Formats: sequence, structure tokens, C-alpha cells
Amino acid sequence: MKNKMQQPDDKKIKFLTEKARDIRVSIIEMLVAAGSGHSAGSLGMADIFAALYFHILKHDPKTLTWPGRDRVILSNGHICPALYAAMAHAGYFPPSELLTLRKFGSRLQGHPHREFLPPLETSSGPLGEGLSQAVGMALADRLDRGKDSGRFFYCLLGDGELDEGQNWEAAMLAGKEKLGNLIAIVDRNNIQIDGLTEDVMPLHNLAHKFENFGWHVEEIDGHNFSAIVEAVSRAQAVFDGPSVIIARTIPGKGVSYMERDFKWHGAPPGTAMPGEPEAKEQAKIALHDLRTLDGQIERE
Amino acid sequence: MINQNQKLNPKIFDKDVEKIATRTGFGEGLVLAGEKNDDVVALCADLTESVQMHLFRDKFPERFFEMGVAEQNMAAVASGMAAMGKIPFVGSYAIFNPGRNWEQIRTTICWKNRPVIIVGSHAGVSASADGGSHQALEDIALMRVLPRMIVVSPCDAVEAKKAAMSAEELNQPCYLRLARNPTPIITTDDTPFEIGKAKIFYGSENEKSDVGIIATGPLLHKALLAAEILKKEKISATVLNMTTIKPLDEKAVIALAKNTGAIVTVEEHQIAGGLGSVVAECFAQNLPTPVEFVGVRDQFGQSGTPEELLKHYGLDETGIIAAVKKVLARKIKL
Repeated sequence: MKNKMQQPDDKKIKFLTEKARDIRVSIIEMLVAAGSGHSAGSLGMADIFAALYFHILKHDPKTLTWPGRDRVILSNGHICPALYAAMAHAGYFPPSELLTLRKFGSRLQGHPHREFLPPLETSSGPLGEGLSQAVGMALADRLDRGKDSGRFFYCLLGDGELDEGQNWEAAMLAGKEKLGNLIAIVDRNNIQIDGLTEDVMPLHNLAHKFENFGWHVEEIDGHNFSAIVEAVSRAQAVFDGPSVIIARTIPGKGVSYMERDFKWHGAPPGTAMPGEPEAKEQAKIALHDLRTLDGQIERE
Repeated sequence: MINQNQKLNPKIFDKDVEKIATRTGFGEGLVLAGEKNDDVVALCADLTESVQMHLFRDKFPERFFEMGVAEQNMAAVASGMAAMGKIPFVGSYAIFNPGRNWEQIRTTICWKNRPVIIVGSHAGVSASADGGSHQALEDIALMRVLPRMIVVSPCDAVEAKKAAMSAEELNQPCYLRLARNPTPIITTDDTPFEIGKAKIFYGSENEKSDVGIIATGPLLHKALLAAEILKKEKISATVLNMTTIKPLDEKAVIALAKNTGAIVTVEEHQIAGGLGSVVAECFAQNLPTPVEFVGVRDQFGQSGTPEELLKHYGLDETGIIAAVKKVLARKIKL
């Protein structure tokens, strides 16, 4: 039983846009409450998370153990504010819990841990390890259910973490095993902690790299819902090999002073930095930017 | 004398005692585990025959996965398979698995509590001619420091077979430490075996003796030989087979110290972090007892035959006897 996924109409795109905004607002509120955490990647991936949790995934937030559910494997665990926010807004737990992020006793650990928060499919944080686990899950799925299992394994990766060699070990294995049930989504935001990815460690032509490992490759604008859903549809249709969607995103998307600035990779709003707004003003500006969709709407 | 209750190999001290490598016993045990449970899968990093996983591969080809020379990926792939209900055994040389992929084991297996069995073959200097690069002498330390990890070091091929079958039932991460070369068969199919339980193979649980020797892995045979030689010198030794290094059978260790008052530990591993450390930690907290360590002393291995290397590093019966005499001298002074 394969997915029969509809292309989103205008109404659905408006709905997804609103969900993405809710996720971004929650991200800012969580990071401010926590006083630490990763802003840029979390904001940049909000549209992908909205598309997944509100359109693409086969899942049931009320039935965590449903075996037929799709699986989300977040490899770059540091962008978990986006994952937590998407899951909360989708109904996995109350959005009020989001403000416990990174606090002692919270289910929302600084990097996601499923023993604290059972709805998570994996625990992650140390980079470069998610794709291997997704490959293992997809292999086990094929062993149990054959090639037509109908479940998909979505592995979300950062581009910076592709410096880790283990990704390419996993990519080789996925290509060898022709895992059609595996769909990787790379957040190609071109930043990592020490700077731009192409300065820190050039990834050059990522699409060619994956193609040469036997993957089907899609390259999209990671903020365009139609493009996201179309790419996932095509990836789902590829049954004789793994697919990767290289999603070009803007780090810090939606918050004017954060966009395209690697300094915000690992900093929350409220961090004093030269050339940035006053620390105490940052959260206010960020929430204003998001609620007015960067000035497109006049009143909050 | 040999503890009759353990139903050990009657030819244990014979010159022509049968020798089989622990990795061979493991390979047979893995097939049995696979027959018993359909969820058992095996992954190997281009060393399938070396780790004796070919027996499983040939019997269950669809449940065997060739990973190529990529141990880090292998560990994390196994974690993913375990997340879907499989019980993966992942095999390579101990120097790479768990040496190369320690952090993957920590994060994707132990931190997430996935029931993956790490199979490290060619452990110890007995990997022999390959030289120091391939002789894992740090793997026990690496694995026992990880929360949730069970560490098992079988003394012979029969025990390794049982360990493989028991590991399948643990539902917890486990490290199985195996050796390359054939070593004497000490136990039989009838010898009681349970992960987490240490057994006295020489002497008795209820009798006092001059010294207790705690040994792990195939060096247990050297410890038994040493006990036989010491008997002729009127020194009575009790030998404890410490198959499971973690969790430590503290009850057995403390009882042995009470019955002997002096302990020697024996392992084919660095003393730092290995069995010697485990036992010393137990005594420091429970019952301070003089201990001498037979093990590798902050050194790397080198090429040679197993016997040459065990002698060079002081791990043979001569080394064990010297350690016994040293600890007895300390015991008398107390």
C-alpha cells in the first residue's frame, strides 16, 4: 500500500504556511525560555517540518505504537526545537510543554532522547549517525514487510554534518541495498558552527555525490510547500533505490536579523552580539517578524 | 583440585586436550540463536569468516548483511534494526568493533538501550602474528564504562557458544569478547552457564585456601595450570572463572576474598580498566584485600606466536605463579 499523497491546493498551502509560522513562533519562545539552543537551523527547517507533520506523514499522534506509521529520524538533533514544536502543534503533547525545553526534569532534552519523550522515533545529537540508523530501520522494514511495506523512513540531516564520514558509509549501504523506502532530506542552508559550509569544508556538488552512491536526487527550495510535496511524491515513487531531497533553506528564516548569518547557528534570541539588535530586544523583534511574516502583514 | 560440580572437560590437563577458538564456538552459537529466534540478524564488516559469521550467513542469507569495511556505520545500522524489533549481532575484530566505533556504540546503542550484541574477535595478544595494530587490549575497558552494556568474555569455545545463545535473550546491549586462536576446551555442554554468574572451577566455594585466582577468557586455562603446579608446592589456590566482567558477580568475588585473603586477577588486556580494575574497585568498597594483577602493563602488543607473546607479557602460568607468590608475601605481612 503506497501513499496516495495529494498535491496541496491553495487553501492547504495557506494552512501549512500558518502551521510553519506557529512552529517558528514556538521555536523563538522555547529558545528564549531555555536561554540556550540552536536558532538558525530550527527556523530554517520549519517549513519542512510543517509539510511533514501536517501533510506528508502517515501518522497518528494518538496512537504512538501504530506499526504502519512513517518514521522521522532527525539526525542533526540540535534543531530539535523545530521537531518538538511541530510535534506539539500536531498533537503529540501540549504546546505548553514546549517552554520546558532544556530544563531539568523536562521531557524536551537539549538533544532529543526518546526515553524522555516516547513519541520520538530516535534519540540524536552527535552528528553523522542518523542516516545509518534510518538505513537500519529501512532494512529491517524490508526484511519484515518486503518491498511494498508502504512505510517510509524520512531522515533529516544538516549539510554541515555531512563532513562526518559515517554518512557516506551509510549512503553506500543504502545505495547497495536499493532502499526505496528511505527518503533523506538534507537541510542545505550552507552554514555550520565555524562559518559557511563551503569555507569550513566544501561539499561541492552534493547532488552528484549522492547520485554517485546510487541515490535518486531532488533539489528544491525548502520554503516552497508545493515543491516540498512534489519532491517527496517523486521520491516515494522511486522503488529501486534511496532518495535524497536537497532542500535549499535560509538559516534563521523568518527572523530578519538571523537570516543567512552563521553566528545564529547555536545561539538563542537574547544573545549579545556585535552588529545585532540589543539582546533584550531580539525576542520581541523575532516574534514581530514572524507574526507579521516579515512585514507582509501590517498588524500582528 | 577441579570442582566436580562444574562438570568440566575431564581432559582439561591432558597434553592432547582438544583446542577450539572461542570465535568458532560463537559462530555455532549464533546459528542456534538464529534458529531459535527469527528476529536475530547478523552484520559484518568484511570479516565474515574471521568472526565465524559465515555459518549464520549460509544458513540465513536473507538475515545476514555485509556492511563492507565500515564499522561505525555498522553499529548505527544495527541500532536502527533493533529499533524495528531485530536482535542484531555485529561482528569485526575487537580493535575496530568496539575500538573504531565506540561513540556509535555509546550513543546509538547504549544511550538508546538497543539490544545489539557487539562481537569483537581477535582480542588480546593472542591475535599473534598480525602484530600490535590488531591486538585489542583496551576493549574491556571501553565497553565496561558504558551504562547498560553487559561485558562477556568466554573462557572456551563451549562457553562462547552458550554466550551467543544467552546474549540473544538479554534484551540489552552486550559485548562478546572472542579470541582468534584455538585454546583448550575447559567446559562441557553440561557445565552450568549464566551471564552475570562467576563459577569456581578449581577448589571449592566452601573451603579456605591460600590464594584466589580470578581469570577471564581463555587465560583461565593458564590459571588452572598454575593452580595444579602450586598444589605440588603445597600452595592451595581457588580459581574463579569470571566470564561476565559486567555486571560483576560481587558476591562470588567477595566470598573468594573471604576464603583466601589474597587475590590474583588474570586477563589478556590492559590492567588499567580491565578485570583487575573491576576487582580492585569491588574490594576497595567492600573488603580491602591484597591483589596482584596479571595483565598487560600499559604496553602495546607485537608479532609472535600466542605462546611467545603470553610468556613475553607475563600472562602464562609462570607469570601467574609469580603473581601468586608476590600476593602471598603481602598477605603474610598483614
